[in-house]
Amino acid sequence: MIPFDYQRAQTPAAAAAAVAAHPRAAFLGGGTNLVDRMKLGVATPELLVDITHLDLDRIEELPDGTVRIGANVRNSDLAAHPLIRHRYPALSQALLSGASGQLRNTATTGGNLLQRTRCVYFQDTTTPCNKREPGSGCSALEGYTRYHALLGASEHCVATHPSDMAVAMSALDAVVTVQSPHGRRRIPLAELHRLPGDHPEHDTVLDHGDLITAVELPPSAMAARSRYRKVRDRASYAFALVSAAVALDLDGDHISDLRIALGGLAHKPWRALRAEEELRGGPATQEHFRAAAQAELAAARPLKGNAFKTDLARTTLASTLSDLAAPGPRHEEQR
Amino acid sequence: MMITVTVNGERHSHDVEPRLLLVHFLRDVVGLTGTHWGCDTSNCGACVVWLDDTPVKSCTALAVMADGRTVRTVEGLERDGELDPVQRGFMECHGLQCGFCTPGMMMTSRWLLDRNPDPSEEEIREALSGQLCRCTGYENIVRSVRWAAENPADDSTEASQEVSPS
Ligand SMILES: Cc1cc2nc3c(=O)[nH]c(=O)nc-3n(C[C@H](O)[C@H](O)[C@H](O)COP(=O)(O)OP(=O)(O)OC[C@H]3O[C@@H](n4cnc5c(N)ncnc54)[C@H](O)[C@@H]3O)c2cc1C
Ligand code: SF4
Ligand code: FES
Ligand code: FES
Repeated sequence: MIPFDYQRAQTPAAAAAAVAAHPRAAFLGGGTNLVDRMKLGVATPELLVDITHLDLDRIEELPDGTVRIGANVRNSDLAAHPLIRHRYPALSQALLSGASGQLRNTATTGGNLLQRTRCVYFQDTTTPCNKREPGSGCSALEGYTRYHALLGASEHCVATHPSDMAVAMSALDAVVTVQSPHGRRRIPLAELHRLPGDHPEHDTVLDHGDLITAVELPPSAMAARSRYRKVRDRASYAFALVSAAVALDLDGDHISDLRIALGGLAHKPWRALRAEEELRGGPATQEHFRAAAQAELAAARPLKGNAFKTDLARTTLASTLSDLAAPGPRHEEQR
Repeated sequence: MMITVTVNGERHSHDVEPRLLLVHFLRDVVGLTGTHWGCDTSNCGACVVWLDDTPVKSCTALAVMADGRTVRTVEGLERDGELDPVQRGFMECHGLQCGFCTPGMMMTSRWLLDRNPDPSEEEIREALSGQLCRCTGYENIVRSVRWAAENPADDSTEASQEVSPS
């Protein structure tokens, strides 16, 4: 690892200013992604601004029922919190399906959102990669693509965003609060990550020096009936091949409202707006679920190594919907 | 940068470079080589230690991140010369072959048993899933942890019964 300077930020504004002032500075959260990338030579910051001492480690309920999650809340604490387990079960399930306990004990909410892709070429400095080195080419196009995108990719990058947590948050209408050197702003989580387009080097809409301070979950009756389902190569400790976060509101046999986000398929958590539209107001039947999943995946552009994920995504989405719609205990906790 | 880390109850103050990993601090600066250094990319779990009472991968943490905090390593498992039941379980049930993964496996196992004194095989496998063993095929590791659950140390027996859900 190349040498770097290390500072501890005293306030969010000072942290944002310190990083903004240095083009090669980075925020340090739990470090489980950044420190690995530094060891691999993929990230070469000259200054680390440690934000873990900032007072951003609370989970609190605001007067209007919004649940605010500080950016430094550890993944394991968030997953175990009663407000999250009862009101937003999909989020708890998504967190517990990610990484392993030893990493969740360290990983933070802000760092989880901004972890970078696990594309093997991105992590290997000996191969071309437009995300790591703009203009060098994309090694994945003709390479190993089991974990790569089917939706919203470009000829410049076909990487996926690896976070499980972000997929659940996207389906729960979360909002991210950001401290920049110039002030604060709010960004809907569904708009935080971007598609690769011509600039795969930018994962999100954030600017250098923008510090995530919290994630807010709006109150939602539907969210209590939510679920996260992750399909992977091992029962534990593997990234998602495909995942689905679904929240469902039923009125008798009809779907009054719903949210769907898919993981493992795109450069960002994929809000399945097309499937939502097909289903909203319609009957909660298997045929309808399958048709909606079909419609959402119609735009899939498979690569050599990931064509199987089109079917996998369809069945994962349809079966998550029917699990949630089934009578009886709909959201028993999943480990 | 000057840091102070309490390792197995002893305070250690040293001037370290920011890029020093916690695993190297423990092994090379403090001199406790029981914590192993394997993949160096947060995958294998050979480097697992407790940081403020939770298991973490010490190759993914910088030593400066442990400043002012407490660390427990495999050397801190035994109490007053008595091996921890987890250590005895690994001996009784042949839970190791080369022993490379063993310190990390035992640190997570102790943590699991403190929170869940009677874990099922599935719960043990889930808790250890972030750690890799190239030798045993895991069967005997799971048996070792079950042995430790069934043979708690005398002083922990009462405590375990208190927190036991059943
Ligand atoms: C072996 C392994 C398996 C894994 N499996 C999974 C999995 O199955 N599912 C999954 O979702 N994840 C998985 N992960 C990834 C893990 O969830 C992330 O590494 C972790 O969430 C990152 O959080 P952190 O706090 O450690 O981030 P850091 O490493 O500290 O930071 C990540 C990035 O975010 C920036 N950053 C951090 N905090 C902020 C902030 N508040 N504002 C602005 N920028 C910030 C940093 O500068 C850095 O670029 C795995 C990781 C490993 C090593
Ligand atoms: S898919 Fe994206 S991250 Fe992977 S090699 Fe291509 S440009 Fe790089
Ligand atoms: S050496 Fe730390 S996880 Fe492998
Ligand atoms: S005993 Fe050899 S790696 Fe586990």
